[in-house]
Amino acid sequence: MSFLRQVLVNTLAIVLAMVFTRFAIAQQPIAVGSKTFSESHVLAELSAQLLEAEGFVVERKLGLGGTLISYEALRSGELDIYPEYTGTLIRAVFNEGDLDESGLRQRLAEAGLRFPVRFGFNNSYALAVPQSVAKALDLKQISDLRSQPDLRFAFSHEFVNRDDGWPAVRSLYQLPQQASGIEHTLAYRALAAGQLDVTDAYTTDGELAVFDLELLDDDLELFPTYYAGLLVRDDLPPEITTVLSRLEGRLDEKVMQSLNQRVVTDGETPAAVAGAFLVESGLTKELQMQDSVLRAVTRNTLVHLKLTALALFLGCVIAIPLALGVARYPRLASTLQYTAGLVQTIPALALLALLIPVLGLGQPTAVLALFLYSLLPIVRNTLAGLFSVDPLLKAVAESLGLTYRQQLFRIELPLAMPMILAGVRTAAVISIGTATLAAFVGAGGLGQPIITGLSLNDHGLILQGAIPAAALAVLAEFAFEALERYAVPAHLRGS
Amino acid sequence: MTAVVGASGCGKSTLLKLCNGLLQPDEGTVFAFGEPMDYDALPNLRRRMGYAVQGTGLFPHLKARDNITLMASLAGWSESAIDARLAELLQLMHLDSGLLTRHPHQLSGGQQQRVGLCRAMMLRPEVLLLDEPFGAIDPITRYDIHQQMLEILAAEPVTVLMVTHDMREAMLLANRILLMHGGKIRLDASVATLREQHPELEPEALLQELLRAQR
Repeated sequence: MSFLRQVLVNTLAIVLAMVFTRFAIAQQPIAVGSKTFSESHVLAELSAQLLEAEGFVVERKLGLGGTLISYEALRSGELDIYPEYTGTLIRAVFNEGDLDESGLRQRLAEAGLRFPVRFGFNNSYALAVPQSVAKALDLKQISDLRSQPDLRFAFSHEFVNRDDGWPAVRSLYQLPQQASGIEHTLAYRALAAGQLDVTDAYTTDGELAVFDLELLDDDLELFPTYYAGLLVRDDLPPEITTVLSRLEGRLDEKVMQSLNQRVVTDGETPAAVAGAFLVESGLTKELQMQDSVLRAVTRNTLVHLKLTALALFLGCVIAIPLALGVARYPRLASTLQYTAGLVQTIPALALLALLIPVLGLGQPTAVLALFLYSLLPIVRNTLAGLFSVDPLLKAVAESLGLTYRQQLFRIELPLAMPMILAGVRTAAVISIGTATLAAFVGAGGLGQPIITGLSLNDHGLILQGAIPAAALAVLAEFAFEALERYAVPAHLRGS
Repeated sequence: MTAVVGASGCGKSTLLKLCNGLLQPDEGTVFAFGEPMDYDALPNLRRRMGYAVQGTGLFPHLKARDNITLMASLAGWSESAIDARLAELLQLMHLDSGLLTRHPHQLSGGQQQRVGLCRAMMLRPEVLLLDEPFGAIDPITRYDIHQQMLEILAAEPVTVLMVTHDMREAMLLANRILLMHGGKIRLDASVATLREQHPELEPEALLQELLRAQR
């Protein structure tokens, strides 16, 4: 009993220390975000490293799960800067297809945002054909396709169906061909293998050079423009905007294509590609210090531990007393169990998305989600442990004159302890696994390299997150086994 | 000591549970220590009644000593008072103090039973409620414990209500017998009277005879 109390006190001390350290070191770094795809990473790294070269402290929140999450993060102040596209703002964020430049500026101003730096390229939709085909048939622009009814068309599933995708292309350019749907990455391979002639592409795709593809000019200007730039908060200090404005117009489609290609097909990290580009183009004098793998893994592991430990601590502090409180009312107890079970059925990403409006982006959201997930195993095991106490012992405890509280804390709780510990152990392992999703809401942790690695197809990066996460889960198992050995006498440990 | 005897399911244990408030009567009133039972003050009432059951009901997570002294320390007894009472009980029960640091599973059946009785007696209860306390013990050990029980009854001013299906045990330990059948007390007689009325019958045969008379 006294050992358990000691463990509890120590855990509390560690958790509090971590919380306070976080406040103490918060010297307001500039938060730079990105979405999950490689171009967004590269653009974010360009900005981050340029700022670091000028002596600013930067906090990276890369690989955020989607436009709306990034946009909301910027509005709420979780982010200060992230790369965005004019077309995306107009269509996905403001949903006003006819918004012009001044209209966009006005909408952004109303939201407390600015779009002060443009990189100089337009990452729009385009139709791609193999260079050999383009040369043989003299294809230069989309209109040229009209006279080639035998060409085979296949587009990504989204593009085939979107009103502003293939159907719009077909009717505007009066094309006679039929098109089928195909997985985007497969389309390039099919083109290279000569099984396909035309597919949709982004104008800055890194694969265009690899597969020798030619982009056809959108001569009737069907596709909207997606000028890439930096979306920032209005209250960002002007000296920062001034530094960032050095990136203005530095990247055209070809340059962006080659940077993307180095990441996607050559396996370089976005940070390395961005760093090299900054030096080559004279924007920085020397390569910024790159995070060593060890430092990155250590930092991510510590964040991961912090998220799970906090969530688990909250889970224990709230779920165990809650279960103890309702144990004597069977109906309340089963209601509590059902509620906790219901939370468990919400997919982790959906739960995170639901919590963003409440707590915004960042670690509190992740901790809250992990805490909610830890509730079920702890509540269920605590109740099951209490209910599994021999009824004879309960009758004896009552008959001896123990009050209800004394029965609960002197007899039932110690006897239920093995099952409660097992529940906490389950919750710990679940938390460690689920916490890899925390990176989607900018909370960092070991999910960061996994998510970035997935979107960049970088296996090394995935392993940098996956291996420590697996190791943490195994360590947690060992730690709880040891705790159980100390805290629970051998004859009370089930089987 | 009053012994409650009768066949299984005749209501013996229910009677005991009514006595300490584990059950409340559907009708009628239970009087405890001369007053109608106050169901809001059960813990205090129960501390004046010792309680021991078959299979000992010892708490497996507590050492023998803590099983015995739990109630005394919760009741705020001083260490010295606890130690003194403990020594007294060990002597009465012929228990070696070396056993006190063991957990219940490390004790023999007889030792567990004795520890259970010590626990029931710890607070010097005015009433002792025993539910088949010697049911699961081998005959030799049971004989020893019966002897110690008689010593306790002689040494301590305590009223005992014991439920048993063993008429021999009842005749040996008790001076009053309650025979229950079908949920009702059918016979209330002193052991001396029963012996006088049926001098020729062994206890088991006597019980059969008494039960037959009820049908």
